[in-house]
Formats: sequence, structure tokens, C-alpha cells
Amino acid sequence: MILNARIPSGPIEKRWDTCKFEMKLVNPANKRKFNVLVVGSGLAGASAAATMAELGYNVKCFCFQDSPRRAHSIAAQGGINAAKNYQNDGDSIYRLFYDTVKGGDFRARESNVYRLAQISVNIIDQAVAQGVPFAREYGGMLANRSFGGAQVSRTFYARGQTGQQLLLGAYQALERQIGLGRVKMYARTEMLDLIVLDGKARGIVTRNLLTGQIDTHVADAVVLATGGYGNVFYLSTNAKGSNVTASWRAYKRGAFFGNPCFTQIHPTCIPVSGEYQSKLTLMSESLRNDGRIWVPKKEGDKRAPNEIPEFERDYYLERIYPSFGNLVPRDVASRAAKRMCDEGRGVGPAGLGVYLDFGASIDRLGKQAITERYGNLFEMYERITGESPYSTPMRIFPAVHYTMGGLWVDYHLMSTIPGLFVLGEANFSDHGANRLGASALMQGLADGYFIIPYTVGNYLASTAAGKLDEGAVSSAKESVEARLSTLLQVNGSRTVDSFHRDLGKTMWEYCGMARNAKGLEKAIGIIQGLRQEFWKDVKVLGAGADLNQSLEKAGRVADFLELGELMCLDALRREESCGGHFREEFQTPEGEAMRDDGKFAYAAAWQFQGEGQAPELHKEALSFEYVKPSQRSYK
Amino acid sequence: MRLTLNIWRQPSPASNGAMVRYEMTEVSEHMSFLEMLDVLNERLTGSGEEPVAFDHDCREGICGSCGFVINGVAHGPRRGTTVCQLHMREFSDGDELFLEPWRAAAFLVVKDLVVNRAAFDRIIAAGGFVSVSTGSAPDGNAIPVPKTSADRAMAAATCIGCGACVAACPNASASLFTSAKIAHLGLLPQGQVERFDRAVNMVNQAASEGFGNCTNIGECEAVCPKSIALENIARMNRDFVVGAFTYRKAAAEGGAI
Repeated sequence: MILNARIPSGPIEKRWDTCKFEMKLVNPANKRKFNVLVVGSGLAGASAAATMAELGYNVKCFCFQDSPRRAHSIAAQGGINAAKNYQNDGDSIYRLFYDTVKGGDFRARESNVYRLAQISVNIIDQAVAQGVPFAREYGGMLANRSFGGAQVSRTFYARGQTGQQLLLGAYQALERQIGLGRVKMYARTEMLDLIVLDGKARGIVTRNLLTGQIDTHVADAVVLATGGYGNVFYLSTNAKGSNVTASWRAYKRGAFFGNPCFTQIHPTCIPVSGEYQSKLTLMSESLRNDGRIWVPKKEGDKRAPNEIPEFERDYYLERIYPSFGNLVPRDVASRAAKRMCDEGRGVGPAGLGVYLDFGASIDRLGKQAITERYGNLFEMYERITGESPYSTPMRIFPAVHYTMGGLWVDYHLMSTIPGLFVLGEANFSDHGANRLGASALMQGLADGYFIIPYTVGNYLASTAAGKLDEGAVSSAKESVEARLSTLLQVNGSRTVDSFHRDLGKTMWEYCGMARNAKGLEKAIGIIQGLRQEFWKDVKVLGAGADLNQSLEKAGRVADFLELGELMCLDALRREESCGGHFREEFQTPEGEAMRDDGKFAYAAAWQFQGEGQAPELHKEALSFEYVKPSQRSYK
Repeated sequence: MRLTLNIWRQPSPASNGAMVRYEMTEVSEHMSFLEMLDVLNERLTGSGEEPVAFDHDCREGICGSCGFVINGVAHGPRRGTTVCQLHMREFSDGDELFLEPWRAAAFLVVKDLVVNRAAFDRIIAAGGFVSVSTGSAPDGNAIPVPKTSADRAMAAATCIGCGACVAACPNASASLFTSAKIAHLGLLPQGQVERFDRAVNMVNQAASEGFGNCTNIGECEAVCPKSIALENIARMNRDFVVGAFTYRKAAAEGGAI
């Protein structure tokens, strides 16, 4: 099958305009006749649901949390990029586009990235109008800061809680529509299957998490904005509930899965402290603006950081990458930290950590300035570790943070199932093989506020809904019910979490920061065995007819156990290193990622072929007309 | 360390609940409070007892999902901290702890430590927004905002909607929550157009949900994990009074004001 990404022709700066003009419109009076389902209420989902309701569509929105305001976008700390050039420092749409394509190590679609950079400016305007309290200068103008992978200050922020404030803006817009009766909200409701009729996405099957009731919702289009799948690693910076189920169900119904192995490992997280650890906590990348990263020069140096004199410290990022220094992109910073620890120079009890030191900045700017910038992050660090970063350097280590992979979508953000649109982190997105800091918020909101309202309209205006096959709807519902009752009946001896932890360890070891063919093959075997054992020996207590958190987890982990294998397979097949995907066999003499553009300048799109069958790989060739692929250098 | 937990167990909204006692051994001081409950739940599952239900998601203190009362204090003993960020080093060997769900007429218990906080969403839906549809915004720098206003708005806007303020209030008032949103938007130029109607609509919605009134006790501020200030309630009351006296339907006849 040839993947048609529906990229408009013409010069890149005109493509989105051309596309918008050529798209069909739905008459205002007809919009209310169309039903659209939005699954997920994070930045992408809430903004999409609110905006489509403002336009007049009938919208239903679903989230598994008890309120749409709790979606995991809320935890994003650092900021949101926009090519406003308010700082007059040489930024432009073209530069943001360029940085993002390069930062993604030339594995993203140029046209999508350009559109993202164009729309970025509108997002800031919209958020300000909603009352998002961005940081400001004394003159009342918006403040900016710089972020990893960029040499201009284009990141807008609200203390260390930018995601929270942007999400609350979108949530408030959504609540306004809910209050006006234009969106019907289903909180504590989880999507468990996609209904495909006549080859088109026509609805979803949901479970009410409080009553256990299984329902079907039929509509004219389905929008998935269900986030990423970093929790396949068990330990990640994702919220505990973040899961792949909605995307995975869609994959099994025919949506292709794009670049599943592209995972972002974030360099600045608090290190693991014990077996009981349930999640990892991110320390915003913005800290790298004023913090200097170092390890002792000597191997196995167990002295307290303050006892190690300046000349015995190795500020390795500043040494290896003098022009970007501590602000190199995330994949580069993570790998460098791993290398230091592999050399035996890691710090902390297990030797799995590096220092992020604010001493020099506190001396230069004063404690007050540092508190203003990072006060809440310092507090969080102190609460978790019991140490104050004002007096002792932070200890940080990389952790799984974001997944660039996701369901494959075309320029219209439509998956390979007509009528199924995928937004935000859930799609395989605009970030290529590595996402730059402060770009996830930008993409989620661009998709939801400014892209999907147009492209869904075009789909609805140009598609006949077709007949509703009641039989197919109820069979989708029955298969969901059957799966749930199977999970409850296994009644084995191991808890869901114990399987999840084992899966996570396997993924981290063989499909984490560094990968090789032998390890990936081994991991596939381990995961297959784990999956078999899961269905024989998992223990889920309670019933299906009320709030049952173990049952919820069991369904999600069952899907992770399938996804993990696909990720390893994708990583195995991609015999090159790019961005967050680092194959040990393919590296430069300095240990940097070595791409193979001749063979791998494509987006991998995997098609499900049935249980127990190997999935089929389709390739969307990527062409670079504007940004010429080169080896990324941050030196 | 060893701990004794007494946890409120209630199978469903309609059934009666009771405190159930659990002994915990080998609790590490580095665990978070919820990780300690994870350990308990793994043990309960292994022995065939249903795990304790509690809401949680981000475990970074920002999503607002988690929260219950520990020894009479919402979110437990450490100020400015949600239970997911509370670490066991705050407790000592041999402590006995009592865990209960938020208690308020407007927050029905769903199961164990989980309550229904949908009333908070309805308060926001009543007016906690600026009515600006996508696409109609002017340039972000078109309206300068004094830094002090932006900073104060931000401080109020950090509310995570967890419900601790309601649980701590003897009147089960949602005033701190409601006022945080009214203050956030009311401090910004973007929020002026709807400022007084917003206050009236949100306060009325809170009352109709069954939350009590504020009598200036201040327990809410003391337990708030984001340290939202009581002062916001004073601001809400001022806006409410102005709104209540000046409120007119938008389409008054003949230009009457």
C-alpha cells in the first residue's frame, strides 16, 4: 500500500493556506447535524472539542480522569515555543521550522513542521486572550526564555507550570461549551474499542469506570487525543494512568502505527530511589539555562559534591559541545549522561546520576533571581529527595518522557482509517526522531485549536456517512465485554503491576537509551513469554460492575505487552541511529548518532495483520526540499 | 519503619463504610505516601482482599487527582504538599495513621478514598472562563499586563482543584476554589468584560451544589497544597457584591443600564 500523506504542493510557506482554501466547508446550519467524538481532554483534546463546539458541531468528549482538567498535559513544566520574535533576536517562522526539523534528526515531515511553526504565533495570542497568565516583563510585555536545541529565546512560560496554565485555558474553553450544552462530557470513561463500519471510523466503545457499564457511541468522525505511551517502560515521567489503549485498539482496527520506537529520554529527572518506585519526576529542562551539569573527573569519586574542587569537576556538556553547552537537545544530553555513568563517573548511591549545579548562577544572579525562576521546582526536588538544591547540587538522571511515535496521520491529521483523526502526542507527529523542549505544548494546541477544526470539516463535507450496521456496533461491544470478563476470570497468582514492572525493565534495558540487534531480539522473546504468562497468571480481584482500578490497569498493561513487541521490532528494523533511537552498531567515532539517509529516510508505518501474525511495514518516504539533511552538530 | 494504618473502606456510594486496620512493616522513608499504599495494595491483592481505591494520576502534585485526609488534616502534615508528594520521612516509626476521604455533602464518596468532585467542573462551567472563541484573539502583546497583576493572577491560577479546601472547611465551602478562579481572571485585563457576572454566576453555582458559605476560618488556606491565599475570597466577595447590585440582562430595552 502506498501511503498518501496528502501534502499540498507549492512553496512550503503557502501550503497550509492552499490546503485550507481547497478544503470543503460545512454550512453553518449543517454543522449541528454532525456528531464528533473527541477522546482525551488534554491540550489537544480539550482545544479540539472546545473549538469544534464553538463552530457548531455536536461534540462528545471523553476522559478517564474524574475531570478533564486532570489530563497529563497539566504536568508540562517548561514552556511553549512560538516564532513571535518578540525578543528581536533573529527568530522567525523559518528558523523555528529549521530548528524543529534538525532537532528531529531529519525524520519528520517538512510540510507539517512548517505549518506548526506558522501556527505557533496564533497559539500564544489565543492563550493570552483566554487569560493564561504567562510570565511578563516590567513593561507588561510577554517574557521569553531559551530552551534546549535553540539559540534564540522563543519559549513562553508561566513559572514552571506552563502546561497547567495552558491546559486550564483549554479546559475553561471546554467547560464554557459544556455549560452551553454544546459539548457533552464523559469523565471517568475509558475508550476500549473503535467502531469501524464500511471502512470508516464511526464510533467508540467505552466503559464507565464507576459503574462498569459498557456503552457504544456512534458518530460521523472520531478524534483521538489520548497522549503517549511512555508508560510501556513502567517507570516514566507520565502520569500513572497514561496508556496506549485507545491508540492500540485503533491500530488493531486498521490504523497504522508510525515510528513506535521513537522514544524521548529526558535528561533531567530525579533518579530512582528504590524498588517501590512508582514513577519518575521530571525537573524542567529550563533548569539547564542556569544549572551546570558535571560529574567528577575521577572514576568512583564518592566525595560529597561540595568537597570536590572546581578543577576536579568535568562540565562535560560544556567541554564536548562548546557552542550549545548545557543547552544541547535532550537526546544528546541524555546519552552524554549515560556515557559518563558507563565510565564509572556517575554520582549518587547507585552511580546512576549526574550533578546539575546552580552554585555559579546563585553567585552571579543572587538567590532571589533563582527562586523567582525555579522556586517551585526546587521545592519539589526538596520534597522528594530531602535535599535543597540551593546548597547541594541536584542529582539528575535520564528518564522516559515522551513518545514521538504514535498513530500515523496524513497532513490532515487523519489516520489510515478514514474518519479517525489523531492529535497531539498520540499521533506520530511533527517531532521526527527527537522532540525539542517546549514543542509538545505547541503541537498539541496547534492540532486542536487550528488544524483539526478545518480538516474534520473537510472530511465531513466530502464524505457520505453510510449506513449504520447495528450488528457490527453490538459485536464491537461484545468483544470488549468478553475481554474484560476474561481478565477477571484468569484469577492467577501475579498482580498486574508485577507484570508491568517486568515489561518496563525489559524495555528500559533493551529498547531504552541504547539499543542493539541482539538485545532487541532477546527482548521480543521475553515480551512474548511475559504476555503468555499474563493471560495465564494475572490476578484481578473484584467485579466488572463498579470502580475497579486493578481491572483498568490490567486492560492497559495487556495492551502495553503487545505494543512493547512492536517497538522492539521497529527498533530492530531501523538499522541506523537517529534522535532518540540510538543503535549501538551505528555511531560516529565520537559516539554520536549516525543516520543512514539512503536507507532510512522514511517514516515507518506498521499495519496490524491479525493476532499472532507479524505486522507489515509500510514506508512513507521523507523528502527534504528546504532543510538539507546533515549530521546534527551542537559543537 | 513500622506503621499502623486505619483506612476508610466503603465498597460503593450507597453502602456503609468503616475504618479497617492494616499493619505496615518495612516502610522506607524515601517512599511517597502513595507508594506506601501501592505496597499495601500489592499485598492485599496477593492475599485476595480488594485493594484500597484512591484517586491519583500525575504523582507530581499538579493534576489534583489525589487527596485524602491523614489524621484529620487534608493531604497530611506537610504544608503546601499533596499526598502524592508527601514522603514517608515526614512520619516516625510506630505512628498510627487514620486515612479518610474528603467529607462534604457536595463530594459523595464513590469508593474507599475516592470522591466525586464533578461539582467543581460545574462551577467553572458557570463562568470560570473568558468567552473568547478560537481565532478571535488579538496579538499577545497588544494588551500589556502589569507584571504585578500577571504574577498575582498566576499565584491564584495555580489552584489544582483537588478539593482539600472543601474537606478542611467546617462549612464544606468551596470559596477558596471558586475565588481562586475569580481572582485569576479578574486581575487580568482580558477578564474584565465578564468580571462581575462571572463572580455572581460562579458563586451561585457553588451554593446550588450544596457547598457552604465562607465564615473566615482559614482552614482552607492552611491545607491548600498550592498555598492559595485567603485574600482571594475577599476579592471574590467584593466582585460578587458589585455584580449582585449591578447585574442586568445583557439585552436591556432602550439602552437602559
